[in-house]
Amino acid sequence: MNLTPYKPRDWKSHPPYRYEGYKSSIKRAPLKRLVPLKQTLSEITGPLFGHETVQEVDRDLTRNAGTGGEAMGERIIMVGRVLDEEERPVPNTLIEVWQANAAGRYHHEVDQHNAPLDPNFIGAGRCKTNEKGEYRFVTVKPGPYPWLNHPNAWRPAHIHLSLFGPSFITRLVTQFYFPGDPLIPLDPILNSVPSKSGRQRLIASYAHDVTEPEWALGYRFDIVLRGRQATPFEESAR
Amino acid sequence: MRQTPSQTVGPFYSLGMTRQPMNRLARDSMEGEKIRIEGRVFDGDGEPVPDAMIEIWQANAYGRYNHPDDKQEKPLDSSFTGWGRSGTDRSGIFSFETIKPGPVPGAGESLQAPHINVTIFARGMLVHAFTRIYFSDEAANHADPILSSIKSKERRKTLIARREDQDNRPVYRFDIRLQGENETVFFDM
Repeated sequence: MNLTPYKPRDWKSHPPYRYEGYKSSIKRAPLKRLVPLKQTLSEITGPLFGHETVQEVDRDLTRNAGTGGEAMGERIIMVGRVLDEEERPVPNTLIEVWQANAAGRYHHEVDQHNAPLDPNFIGAGRCKTNEKGEYRFVTVKPGPYPWLNHPNAWRPAHIHLSLFGPSFITRLVTQFYFPGDPLIPLDPILNSVPSKSGRQRLIASYAHDVTEPEWALGYRFDIVLRGRQATPFEESAR
Repeated sequence: MRQTPSQTVGPFYSLGMTRQPMNRLARDSMEGEKIRIEGRVFDGDGEPVPDAMIEIWQANAYGRYNHPDDKQEKPLDSSFTGWGRSGTDRSGIFSFETIKPGPVPGAGESLQAPHINVTIFARGMLVHAFTRIYFSDEAANHADPILSSIKSKERRKTLIARREDQDNRPVYRFDIRLQGENETVFFDM
């Protein structure tokens, strides 16, 4: 076999495990030195999800609650491309999203925020990227919501995303934010990202070319996964 | 281009990721030894973590991954994906019903002991962590290049799932300690 390993995790882009401002990280952060692992077949392969995994309705969060009704709130279209570090598209990869409703409440038993639930909004969706690495969801803009991290703490509006890419090692779970949100500079989770450019890359941009007249505003959010290294490693065929 | 930064899965990940159970990889018709993997996730105070999520990726019973880059001439059962996901419950418990994987090639001519690749997510974890599950009843562990690369023998033990049969069924116990004296070995890969 002749296989090519992936580039290392870019720790200048990713947050540290332990970030003082984010209370929940204090007792859950691994603190011992990570053990370096030279990639093998185990790391450069990974789960592939067939097209049967997703249905067309899964990508429309305004209509996928199964009630026949439409979600309340500001309807938005989110689009973007999934790329690797060499700007090559990542096709046919699964994206899962979840979010609060327009009032800032999750359809989840743990969320006791005193804001209304929307019976027509679950707040979860999935889709696969096309051959060009492009994705598209329709949803409502999530509301900000309070949390208990520090006094008067509020999360800025955000949508959670989970991606796989072509291998076990390319896995990414992240959140994206909306431009102009006044809560952004106050948010410890976003501020755990060490570089300003990294934080900037988690903020979607308003996309007038995606906005549809008389219907919904468009936002663009591109995602970059780990790319392959230049040289393959050698393994004997067994 | 720079990698998109990671962010935590948060407390509500189940909405997007575990509403459907995805922790049963094995079906009765599949070849290989059916096993159960069960464990708990603990924080630095030894408290169970009720909002963690574990994903696994493994080879089949012959040691072949269901992925186009695995070109070994070993049997492939396309119905065994090799991938699973389990949230933790209030007691921090996760579980998988799967098949014991076969050995897979390592660097050069080496062979890796049977293992399962693990990713850990949780509220409070800004970046996911990578680890591996090895099996206590595998003699091949002694020669495994990855296990051997861990200098401390004590720390190596954190990657060995203990076989504890229940009702004549093989159950492997694998606890994950995110922090503290017996912190699980996590990899930088």
